[in-house]
Amino acid sequence: MNLDKLPIGRFAVIRSVNGNSTLRLRLLDMGLIPGTKVSVHKVAPMGDPIEISVRGYELTIRKDDAALIELNEEA
Amino acid sequence: MTFALVGNQNCGKTTLFNALTGSNCHVGNFPGVTIEQKSGFINNYKNCSVVDLPGIYSIRPYSAEEIVTRDFILNEKPDAIINIVDATNIERNLYLTLQILELRVPTVLALNMMDEVRGNGGSIDITRMSELLGITVIPISAAKGEGISDLIKAVVNAASQKTRPAVTELCSPGPVHRCIHSVAHVIEDHAQKLGIPSRFAAIKLIEGDDLNFITRLALSQNEVELIEHSVIEMENERGLDRNAALADMRYDFITKVCEASVIKGSESKERKFSEKLDKILTGKFTAIPIFIAIMAMVFWLTFSIIGGFFSELLSTGIDSLGNIVGKALSGYNLNPVFQSLVTDGIFAGVGAVVSFLPIILVLFFFLSILEDTGYMTRVAFFMDKLLRHIGLSGRSFVPMIIGFGCSVPAVMATRTLSSERDRHMTVLLIPFMSCSAKIPIYAIFCAAFFPAHSALAMTLLYIIGMVIGIVIALILNKTAYRGKPVPFVMELPNYRLPSFKSVLLLLREKANDFLQRAFTVILYATLIIWCLSSFDTKLNFITDSSNSLLAFFGRAITPVFKPLGFSDWRIVSSLIAGFSAKEAVVGTLSVLSSSGLSELNTVLPGMFNGLSAVSFLIFTLLYTPCIAAVNAIKRELGSGWKALGVVISQCVIAWICSFAVYNIGSMLL
Repeated sequence: MNLDKLPIGRFAVIRSVNGNSTLRLRLLDMGLIPGTKVSVHKVAPMGDPIEISVRGYELTIRKDDAALIELNEEA
Repeated sequence: MTFALVGNQNCGKTTLFNALTGSNCHVGNFPGVTIEQKSGFINNYKNCSVVDLPGIYSIRPYSAEEIVTRDFILNEKPDAIINIVDATNIERNLYLTLQILELRVPTVLALNMMDEVRGNGGSIDITRMSELLGITVIPISAAKGEGISDLIKAVVNAASQKTRPAVTELCSPGPVHRCIHSVAHVIEDHAQKLGIPSRFAAIKLIEGDDLNFITRLALSQNEVELIEHSVIEMENERGLDRNAALADMRYDFITKVCEASVIKGSESKERKFSEKLDKILTGKFTAIPIFIAIMAMVFWLTFSIIGGFFSELLSTGIDSLGNIVGKALSGYNLNPVFQSLVTDGIFAGVGAVVSFLPIILVLFFFLSILEDTGYMTRVAFFMDKLLRHIGLSGRSFVPMIIGFGCSVPAVMATRTLSSERDRHMTVLLIPFMSCSAKIPIYAIFCAAFFPAHSALAMTLLYIIGMVIGIVIALILNKTAYRGKPVPFVMELPNYRLPSFKSVLLLLREKANDFLQRAFTVILYATLIIWCLSSFDTKLNFITDSSNSLLAFFGRAITPVFKPLGFSDWRIVSSLIAGFSAKEAVVGTLSVLSSSGLSELNTVLPGMFNGLSAVSFLIFTLLYTPCIAAVNAIKRELGSGWKALGVVISQCVIAWICSFAVYNIGSMLL
């Protein structure tokens, strides 16, 4: 599963951050690294972007970008 | 001594900057880019200046902001770095700290928002953290002014002693550690010659060498291959690619530092409060209605209540001052030409612009409160989806909204956008949002030509502006600004009470900025318009403006406007005058048709027919922004030529649209 599909409130662990752009590097720098626990915190009124919780803080990213993050499902 | 202030966005950097420097700061742009550069002297330390660098999350060069920060540290060689860190979000914030430590510049860590950490029952072992990172750590609360003097002492000390960070091993043993060491070993001698920290150069080479170290270090083909070999070996061993492995190494180190020194408190009160408020302010059904209500309130207060009141007061004041000066001058029997220059030129022209000052200040007052409380980032959050269609992000929405008030503060507000591309594109779109100075034009024309459908006609004009703006954005997005937009990665900070001092400092800065412009560029412009309307072609001073140079030029360029349906020189002259301020269009029309503002709607039907009136409205809606806005655009785009380009392209767009409306209209009617 990818991060854009993760239901609100459920936790998962990042398996890989895909894509080959500056975005990928930025996501890595923001702490979205394989092995990190994430959850979706809330969704914007128009359904996009989403706010995720990672490393004790919240980060807003677009769904298209969240789709680049693959997850291992895990409680 | 020069200190660089570096930190994440929303970590309290500006508040700390204000606390360090008070109000003695200077604002400009970094050379070559339009990123704001603020620098100032530290209170009571006359020889120490601080440069406020853009808020960034990483030194990796994604955008102009990161490049500016990195190049400032590498090339300008500040004596010390003040790295401000939000203690309530310490893991993510320390990532930048580790990258700064790699640069081996004397650094002091300012651990901000310690009051919040303590308030929620958390604590940080400052001594332990300082040991592990190898730099002085000072707990502060920038908003409350706690720890500021300790911070100043520490940074002055670090800079004068040239204390480099004591810890060089910012990673735990393992494949990445080994790789960095072996690369650093290969390049050590080369790096020493160039005076670059070898560990920093090694990491840059592993990451992908955006600083061109291979050439600068004069590495041989053999050495480059050796480096690549050890990186690939590390990737295989670690099971991660080079970039992920390096990020992981830093976060791994940070986790160790935090485990040893940070005791987390209970869930923060501020966080809980923000969550509750966000349920309403960013709620699925409530977000947009509340936003519209807030903006309507701000505009209403600004343009009709507070700002309008002060604006009128100020313009009455300037008028009566002008009268007094006029009387004094005529009593003195001053040459009537100079008398007219002072009263009709300087007082009328500059006064009209200066009377905008209260509106601009009141608007900025509200907007900076909305910004400082953290609401504007929420607006960006829920408006992002709409703006993405035209290649912008949610953050551009706010300046565009301000554009409906006045383009000048709107253009100035683009400073809050985080990427240069978005800033430029937004600046180019703002003139399409009908500013409030166009309201008198719309109102008088709609009353004269569409008395039954006045409100509808005005609404349509606003919509036409926005539609054309969207079309232009789509074109820009496919041409001049085709490059990839900067990723929309943003945080919603907790709601906070704005600092009164910061708001006041900002207002003072904007007022200075605006007045400075009013008395330079705008003064020149109004003087030129005054000259044009007060002298004839033989440079005799005249009182009947129909023989003036302005009329002469108006007549000369009237053929250009004939295809748009207006061939009266007075109309063309009013458009020329509109360049100084859009209010001048109506004013000039009333002067040139020798009728009062209230009689204009009876005179106008003699100068226009219904179709040419529409064509005229479209033209005034779209053509060049006023001189004050052009000047603001010039400053934001960082080039007079680009601003001239905006003026020309707006006029061309206006001409084409009016032409289309008039000619298609003539065919249909």
